[in-house]
Amino acid sequence: MTSQATSAPSSSSAPPEPVRPAATAAPSARPTRSLFWRLVVRPPGVLPALTFLAILVIWESSVAIFSIPSYVLPSPSRIATGFDSLTTQRWFQHIWATLQVALIGYAISILVALPLAIALTRSEVVNKALYPILVVIQSTPVVAVAPIIIVVLGSGVAPRVVITFLITFFPLVVSTATGLLATPRELIELSKSLRAPVWREITQIRLPFAIPYIFAALKISITLAVIGAVVAEFVAAERGLGFLIQFSTSMFRLPEAWAGLGVLVLMSLILFQSVSLVQRLFFPWSLPKKGG
Amino acid sequence: MDAAHPASIRFDGVGQVFETDSGPLEALRGVSFAVRHHEFVAVLGPSGCGKSTLLRIIAGLIAPTSGAAEVFGMPVTRPRDDVGIVFQKPTLLPWASVEDNVVFPIRHKTGRVGRADRDKAQEILATVGLRGFETRLPDELSGGMQQRVGIARALLMDPDILLMDEPFSALDALTREEMGFELLRIWEARPKTVLFITHSISEAVLLADRVLVMGDRPGWIIEDAPVPLSRPRGIATTTDKVMHDFAGHLRTLLLKRAA
Repeated sequence: MTSQATSAPSSSSAPPEPVRPAATAAPSARPTRSLFWRLVVRPPGVLPALTFLAILVIWESSVAIFSIPSYVLPSPSRIATGFDSLTTQRWFQHIWATLQVALIGYAISILVALPLAIALTRSEVVNKALYPILVVIQSTPVVAVAPIIIVVLGSGVAPRVVITFLITFFPLVVSTATGLLATPRELIELSKSLRAPVWREITQIRLPFAIPYIFAALKISITLAVIGAVVAEFVAAERGLGFLIQFSTSMFRLPEAWAGLGVLVLMSLILFQSVSLVQRLFFPWSLPKKGG
Repeated sequence: MDAAHPASIRFDGVGQVFETDSGPLEALRGVSFAVRHHEFVAVLGPSGCGKSTLLRIIAGLIAPTSGAAEVFGMPVTRPRDDVGIVFQKPTLLPWASVEDNVVFPIRHKTGRVGRADRDKAQEILATVGLRGFETRLPDELSGGMQQRVGIARALLMDPDILLMDEPFSALDALTREEMGFELLRIWEARPKTVLFITHSISEAVLLADRVLVMGDRPGWIIEDAPVPLSRPRGIATTTDKVMHDFAGHLRTLLLKRAA
């Protein structure tokens, strides 16, 4: 909460601002910056793109200079040829298989986590009964349980979705529950003093106040969802980027595996940015305040 | 106490004991007082003397462990519609505009907000000096303006009793004084019974008809002191000798207790 801003129309005479000596002016107020700063540092995205490009150049030249075999580390240009070993249609089949499992698992996770978080914070009985079990589930390495789940549920989409769900829902539950309890006490008292129904206290006060917490968890969980889908594909799948990476590695087709990895990273990034975008578009007030 | 207007608030030997993990904690003991219709009463005392507990009992948010608390001659058993609360911090909804924050109690209580409610909000916002700020977000306002929104929100349902829990204590000294005069102006425009909790002696004296001086551990009323100053009060009042002497008397009372 800033304490100074626009002044009320009713408060007519504001005390005059003390005149600041010019010598103490902030350095950022300098009229001119170097060309490098104006073309490279200031525009968003330029500097990270240049860094990425530099890494590619160093990578490419190192592989050539030190004659690194492609099964140890393929050069970026060799990885690019890895894309050609599959048809575009096959690529999209793999991408869709992974994306589908990640998104379904993520969606179920949200649908379960939000009501569960509400139940955990409303009822001491539910909290005492369920919380230890949630901790046990979270403490179980999902990678270790994945083969068991596949055996129990068969080889379809269902076991992969379950694995994704197990890996994504805990951060969502904990973070949402924390957010639901972080509501200012005064607003809860206001709600009580109005004798409003409890569900409205949740929908109009507690849930909106938990939005920053929920989105923090949604961002973590979306990348976990991709991990969950890949882990499931490692265990048993006939399609998907995780399957592709494992299969091509076992065939020593490393450029293909690296290409699959590249697509996977890109997918994770896009999903993460999409969640950020939803928050920026629909809940701009929930973003951390910029300093200054 | 005239017959047409029974006491707005009456406490008779009210005690409050909280059960805590480290044993029972006595917050109030034998608190008795009455507040007349449209009277402005300040409750003055050190931190932790049970001032806020007293306010929450009147608001119907907690029930006293002993004694009787009455509002308009009825025992307080639950929150009432004719009591509005202004909190120490404005605690506005950061996602809602100023106007939406003001109409929030109606949306929260009934689930819907009508045209008439919005008109009323506009009118109240004008009263508290926020005309033209209806569509702003709380974040875009100064601390003093945010608290004006908090006051407007409490006034929306036109409560007969306004409970104010150290409403200006989070503001800087200048804004705080300015808001005090603002409150007097609003109170004169819309007369209400006001119970104003504060730990500032000058604030209590400047605003109130009567000051309830409280001691702590447990909270009790040291003195029920009428303020010997005429109304209307303004900046001139702050340098008045009578005000000075009265404030000195209250200070002595509070410090003697602390020593």
